[in-house]
Amino acid sequence: MQFQRRKSYRCEPDMTPMLDMTFQLTFFFMLTLNFSSDIQSDLIRLPVSDLAKPAEGAAETAITVQTLSTGMILFGGDQMAVDALRQPLRRERDALQKVLKRDLKHVTVIIRADRNVPAGKVQEVLQICQEAGFERFVLRARLTQR
Amino acid sequence: MKFSRSDGDFSRLEMNLTPMIDICFQLIIFFIANMRLVQPEGDFNIAMPQALPSGTAAATAGTGQPGPTGGVATPGELPATRVHLMADDAGELSGIVLGQRKLASFKELGRQIREMSGLDRAEGGNASLMEVEIDSDENLRYEFVMRAVDAISGYVSEDKHTFVRMVEKIRFGTIRKQK
Repeated sequence: MQFQRRKSYRCEPDMTPMLDMTFQLTFFFMLTLNFSSDIQSDLIRLPVSDLAKPAEGAAETAITVQTLSTGMILFGGDQMAVDALRQPLRRERDALQKVLKRDLKHVTVIIRADRNVPAGKVQEVLQICQEAGFERFVLRARLTQR
Repeated sequence: MKFSRSDGDFSRLEMNLTPMIDICFQLIIFFIANMRLVQPEGDFNIAMPQALPSGTAAATAGTGQPGPTGGVATPGELPATRVHLMADDAGELSGIVLGQRKLASFKELGRQIREMSGLDRAEGGNASLMEVEIDSDENLRYEFVMRAVDAISGYVSEDKHTFVRMVEKIRFGTIRKQK
């Protein structure tokens, strides 16, 4: 008895839909990636606000001073006590004035302070910034979902 | 001469997609790993034009002289309205004082500021000229200060969709050591 030999088929799944999806996912993640969020510390829980003006992207020249709930300051990636902020802040000021040739009137100091930090600490930070010559300040808050 | 024929079986030219898919997956994994859900943030502008000698945090605006309420008035501007936020030992809010009046809540503070700014009057108000100085006890939690700033800055209209801006000139007064 002779059996008929079956013809072998090569199985090729259609890759197109999967590729479409992977491209779409790649673009989605590329567009939602936010490198500027690196300056935002997860250690800080901002106070909530209804009326704060949405942050309009990155300010032209801005420096961020963050105050943790412990009262420590996070500035330029380093943690320090409030009093220790003076020196790095002056360095920053000198760099802005002498290297970048910026007028301090146009430099914004962004204050990101934890909601539980004593208000006196924030005022101390403001005072130190003022003493360093900065004039423009913004207090950052988390916007409520509208 | 006879050429061999492949019995009509055309060989299909196929691009090898495996490396491309590999790269795509790697990119996706990279982006997922770097993704951070950022909550929307907003700003309040604080005007503090020039530094004072150390020991006080109050800012003086322009060349003005201290006004009757202790604030500083520049020519053409109203003297600063002072809001004092009191704290208990735990740093919780224990009282709000607007000028000399004690208020019960931030809602009432907002109402009073709205009244003072005259936004509801037919001829419009003077909210753009108003300046508010917030004095808070040293140990008061920052959250309450921001709630005061929120109440002074504006309010949500009746339809719950419009935000009406009131005072934009807000500054901080002296640090009050708790007794």
